[in-house]
Amino acid sequence: MTTTVTGGRGGTDVSALPPSPQPPGATPPAAPSSEPVRPAGRSGLGRVGRPLGVGVVGLWLSVMVLLPLAALTVTSFEDGWGGFWEAVTAPVALASLRVTIVAAVVVALVNAVMGTLIAWVLVRDDFPGKRIVNALIDLPFALPTIVASIVLLSLYGPNSPVGIHLNATQPGLVLALAFVTLPFVVRSVQPVLIEADREVEEASASLGASSWTTFRRVVLPTLTPAIISGTGLAFARAIGEYGSVVLIGGNIPRETQVASQYIQQQIEIDRPVNAAAVSVALLAIAFATLAVLRWYAGRGLRREEDSA
Amino acid sequence: MITVTGARKSYGDFTALDDVSLEIPAGTLTALLGPSGSGKSTLLRAIAGLEGLDGGRVVIGGRDVTGVPPQKRGIGFVFQHYAAFKHMTVRDNVAFGLTIRKRPKAEIARKVDDLLEIVGLDGFQHRYPAQLSGGQRQRMALARALAVDPEVLLLDEPFGALDAKVRADLRQWLRRLHDEVHVTTVLVTHDQEEALDVADRIAVLNKGRIEQVGDPVALYDRPANDFVMSFLGSVARLGGQLVRPHDIALHRTRERALQLDARVGGSPGVIEAVVERVVRLGFEVRVDLRADTGERFAAQLTRAEADALALQAGDTVFAHTVQAVNPAEAEPALAI
Amino acid sequence: MTTTTPARLGLRTVALGYLVLLVAVPIALILWRSFEPGVGAFVESVRTPAALAALNLSLLIVAIVVPLNVVFGVGTALALVRGRFPGKGLLQAVVDLPFAVSPIVVGVALILLWGSGGWFGGVEGLGLQVIFGLPGMVIATLFVTLPFVVREVEPVLHEIGTEQEQAASTLGASSWQTFWRITLPAIRWGLTYGVVLTIARALGEFGAVIMVSSGFPGVSQTLTLLVHSRYIDDHNAYGAYAAATLLMGLAVATLLGMTLLDRKRSTR
Repeated sequence: MTTTVTGGRGGTDVSALPPSPQPPGATPPAAPSSEPVRPAGRSGLGRVGRPLGVGVVGLWLSVMVLLPLAALTVTSFEDGWGGFWEAVTAPVALASLRVTIVAAVVVALVNAVMGTLIAWVLVRDDFPGKRIVNALIDLPFALPTIVASIVLLSLYGPNSPVGIHLNATQPGLVLALAFVTLPFVVRSVQPVLIEADREVEEASASLGASSWTTFRRVVLPTLTPAIISGTGLAFARAIGEYGSVVLIGGNIPRETQVASQYIQQQIEIDRPVNAAAVSVALLAIAFATLAVLRWYAGRGLRREEDSA
Repeated sequence: MITVTGARKSYGDFTALDDVSLEIPAGTLTALLGPSGSGKSTLLRAIAGLEGLDGGRVVIGGRDVTGVPPQKRGIGFVFQHYAAFKHMTVRDNVAFGLTIRKRPKAEIARKVDDLLEIVGLDGFQHRYPAQLSGGQRQRMALARALAVDPEVLLLDEPFGALDAKVRADLRQWLRRLHDEVHVTTVLVTHDQEEALDVADRIAVLNKGRIEQVGDPVALYDRPANDFVMSFLGSVARLGGQLVRPHDIALHRTRERALQLDARVGGSPGVIEAVVERVVRLGFEVRVDLRADTGERFAAQLTRAEADALALQAGDTVFAHTVQAVNPAEAEPALAI
Repeated sequence: MTTTTPARLGLRTVALGYLVLLVAVPIALILWRSFEPGVGAFVESVRTPAALAALNLSLLIVAIVVPLNVVFGVGTALALVRGRFPGKGLLQAVVDLPFAVSPIVVGVALILLWGSGGWFGGVEGLGLQVIFGLPGMVIATLFVTLPFVVREVEPVLHEIGTEQEQAASTLGASSWQTFWRITLPAIRWGLTYGVVLTIARALGEFGAVIMVSSGFPGVSQTLTLLVHSRYIDDHNAYGAYAAATLLMGLAVATLLGMTLLDRKRSTR
């Protein structure tokens, strides 16, 4: 999951992401066409609907996307199930997966809290320079990941002017991942908070609820779907991240080496089957995360439809 | 009893409340009536504590609540757009105020069931707000506000988002409810018909000031000024004066008109006019007229009156008023 | 919700503190480090032959990737919105796939498909070096940028519907004329937005490209690879800062462009 560049429009990058765990309020993903059947070729766009157009598009996507992933999967099972399992559970491989998942979980939780808090401050608070702060949120999406790495190293690396050295430590890893995943929760919670009905909060206050009670019992439940979707996307992104951790992470096996670095290393020492197997494991985690998010979003949507 | 004294509130250049003082007697249903931007909602929200005042005081039931947050004012507030807690069932919505007060479960359950029955939502306990109609949601919001036994019930355009039929039903229902529970109620509305229909007392607001306070009949019959007159009920301008259309009488002959007009003081006299259009609105008939001065106005007749005159477009008639109308000369009605 | 002033100030402090430490200070610091030795030193550092070659290579990749993405992206969007064919749901899912794949995994997959010994490894025998050559970098960039145009054009196509196109065809316009005169103008802002996203991502892609590039300075280094090799291989921290600042400038320009475009789209 690597959306290096997106943003600019609150939450839209998220809507471009696969699982369509839409923050409530975002435009729903393209629904299946309900256009009436028209004779093909009558208008300009009939052409792509015709077998030839679909064929070309399908071929393009197959060659560009499906075949590489197919080659990857087949290679990972070249030595059978046993070989795959052995490659994934090799101690260093397993350690890299564990580091990756632990770091991603930590980062996701940090995002869930800080992202919600930042979104809150950006929507409900008012202070000079708020627009600049708001623009700052998109920067991590717009910056190339390697630049993110260099940027963090300049403050927290060996030449740190404040004497903080997070280079090649797990906190450094978390820092890098927190940087690149910053926009996910903020941009998915922000629109929901903007759309949120202030009257509901006033109603809660008029019934005697304190600010904290109102937040916990009235505001938070409405934000939860957006927080979960943003957190899940941040997690999925953190799982596969490479560029931002490559310099600050340190690549120390069993300590700070993440799965993507392990994979890269296996390619360098010409162990493609190992690389492919861990890649497939990584893909499986990412897909599972996105599938859960999609299921969760679908559930919310269904509930709304049922009750509408 | 709610007492507001010298309330002032501005938003930048806009003055929402300009030294407003108002007394709302205990147990009444008072309507704050005015056009949008008149300050009526701001006044209500200031009573609730949802809006801070720049100056002035609010006293509820003898307690000065001016600086008190809404949580501690003992109010129930109903919003135009229901402000339903969407993620909670109807039961949980109504129980909310009691739950956060940590009342015993049994008491909450009993009270919620009672209230749901009163508002006609028993059987809907486990639905979510999205599964209710607008009118049902608003009744749920009312039950929710009443659950905490508020000292005063404040309603901000509660029926504004509903369609006309439901609005009329709910209005009747609110009136009956008020007659049952007798809680001091303040209702904000821009709909004069609604205010006349439901309220014991009406305060008319305009541009952040109170124009007149009184019971509906007094306000209608003895408006303190042109604004109140034209805001409550329809008006026509006849000979430079504001007149209720149903207070205009039409005659075929000038003599008859003069004869009858002589009995009414302060009228603009007899005006010759040409009938432009006759519109039958059910029982009433509206006659669009053009005076010989070029001024256009409408008169409202009963069907029998209109039939007796057998009016047709192009006919010439003689109009005069049957009531003294000049608000300035009318007896002042409880003006503030 | 009536938040008390101290609570509000507390929340504000925490939020801003987090952003300052995570984003603002590091970025300010790298700008300061890049320009501290003077603008001259910065310009010199980004005008070395290797840096210029890297810039050229990055731009070349963009120049190849953008037209391909425009043609196939619009085609795919049209197929998804207007077409009716079995397997459309599958096509939808495939379009989103690249978002879910780690860039390193993209690199590995491409190596296993196009590299020597891969499924299509035969093309190397025909004299076409894909992996460790320009085609590999282009394909890697295509993979990661593939969804952008599709996903930006698709909702616009949905929105405009088919009425205008049908009207044009009743007026005697041919398919091509309808496409050029009706459809394309209607989707132009969505398409532009998708192109801007593609450019930004193509310039910034690192993980997928480093896997399939031979990484020779002046030959097969893109700007992002230059930043990496200056820092890691050359121990030239200043050079890395300068190159990173250049990339950052391009990214910020993109961000500004997107904001402007967004405004244009919404006021359209």
